[in-house]
Amino acid sequence: MLNNLLSRPAAASILSLIGVLAFYVIFGGVDLAKLFGAASWMNYAARIGIVALPVGLLMIAGEIDISIGAMIPAGAMTTAIISGYYGLPIGFGILGALTVGVLVGLFNGILAVKTSVPTLIITLGTLVGMQGIVLAGSKLLTGNASVPLSAPDWAKGIFGELMFGGNHQNLILWWLGLTVVFWFVMHQSKYGNWIYALGGDKVSARNAGIPVDAITIRLFVLTATSASFVGMCHAMLFNSAQVSGGMSDIFNIIVSVVVGGVLLTGGFGSIAGVFIGTITFAIVIKGIDFTDIDRNWANLIIGLTLLLAVGMNESFRKFAMRATKRKPA
Amino acid sequence: MTAPVLELRNIDKSFGPIDVLHNITLQVKAGEVLCLLGDNGAGKSTLIKTLAGVHQPTRGDILMDGQPVQFSGPRDAAGRGIATVHQFGGTFPLMSIGRSFFVGVEPTKGWGPFKRFDRKTANRIAVEAVQNFGITRIDDGDRLVGGLSGGERQSLAIARAVHFGARVLILDEPTAALGVKQAAHVLRIVNEAKRRGLAVVFITHQVMHAMAVGDHFAVLIRGAIAADFHKGEKTREEISDLMAGGESMADLEAQLGTNATV
Repeated sequence: MLNNLLSRPAAASILSLIGVLAFYVIFGGVDLAKLFGAASWMNYAARIGIVALPVGLLMIAGEIDISIGAMIPAGAMTTAIISGYYGLPIGFGILGALTVGVLVGLFNGILAVKTSVPTLIITLGTLVGMQGIVLAGSKLLTGNASVPLSAPDWAKGIFGELMFGGNHQNLILWWLGLTVVFWFVMHQSKYGNWIYALGGDKVSARNAGIPVDAITIRLFVLTATSASFVGMCHAMLFNSAQVSGGMSDIFNIIVSVVVGGVLLTGGFGSIAGVFIGTITFAIVIKGIDFTDIDRNWANLIIGLTLLLAVGMNESFRKFAMRATKRKPA
Repeated sequence: MTAPVLELRNIDKSFGPIDVLHNITLQVKAGEVLCLLGDNGAGKSTLIKTLAGVHQPTRGDILMDGQPVQFSGPRDAAGRGIATVHQFGGTFPLMSIGRSFFVGVEPTKGWGPFKRFDRKTANRIAVEAVQNFGITRIDDGDRLVGGLSGGERQSLAIARAVHFGARVLILDEPTAALGVKQAAHVLRIVNEAKRRGLAVVFITHQVMHAMAVGDHFAVLIRGAIAADFHKGEKTREEISDLMAGGESMADLEAQLGTNATV
């Protein structure tokens, strides 16, 4: 039973979450009920969580995408420029943001399968390149680095509004829904098996008849599009978009995925782990406001959590390799 | 007499100006083990890749069941029943036995977009297939492949190939990285595959292992067949000498000034 639990990829993230909560309660005097009801960390978890899901899949497949950092502002600016500055119906703004995501994803994915350049470098290129395009494009078209947007009620109701008369963004529901969808794809459908195989050994996967290139490209499209989707939703929620921001999201998302037990070299990980890793990260960053601890310490706690979680992941994975069924005594 | 399952006739293979294989003629019949012996760089890997459809021969013919064939790629060759098992089993260390067994051909249950990977069935079939080969230690399909020993991983890969209808099994140095016990394990599996009527091409540079299972031997030197003989026609020393390129091992040892004490 314990055997089974510990050999799961999510094991370390669950322990990290418990550890962080215990730390906040013991040393920070946190009121757990208040913390669990708080919107701040959930909103933040939704922002990084929606992108962390496809990034988790991509990392299980053995690749990485850091251009997501430029895609969140790119999605926001595209929507705001099309529907805010030019005043076109919001449908065009939504379509525009998603199209930009798909195009950048295709660009990353095709370069990844056609060249042997590591995807860290490819997406570093698109990260910086997209930042340039977004800033220069915005200056060129609007003369400004910040563009206001007022989306109609129906669009805000779907993509960017606060719920329950409180501070919870409806992006949280998107995050939860997408988690279920990604869980099904990764752990129930055969495509999950293909993604594991990709991260395990690309040549063997190709020989086994798996469309390696098509899957890789699709995963890159998914990461870039989900990032521009988050940007688009935020533009509607906050009634404006800025060209800056998003750089810290890159590392926050990757930290969430790694704390969630996904192996940087691919082949191992789970959606449950990514989900809990995201919650852990969000609670450390935003939950510190509920403690007596100075919030400037939050990054130190993140760093320690990351190292601890990765250390645990390493030992649990070795454990999983060794674990054999115990002989009936 | 039935035609050999797989036959090479006068195969040449060059990469640009470099000739790697010259005039290779070989055949392997059902229920027979052909041992390909050769030192490093003798062209074994190129020959295997030609058999597995990775390379097309520059000249010459490949025949299956007496009919000339052309492999458009490794998947085409695999579709015709040629399975290659590599030194490390070609499997996925961090995947479960059941999942890795069915990579690319996952059994599913359910309907439409809600088709689910049938883990129970996959695990059951995978464990049965391996146990049929006498590896009774594997009894849990959820175990990770990386937790198996080298021999067990080889056996899993061979069982997988047989389960999916392989007729020709190409084993690339399956015993090279293994200890004595593990190697014996794999050799038993090779014998079992042979007993089931598969044509086995067994690549090795360990003469002992070759002699334990081989029916037919071919020694490859600098891309050409230097000798082609049947079981019992040559002694172990003669084969070792052939592999060393015609120089006798005794001469070689004298040159090196190391009189082996074995």
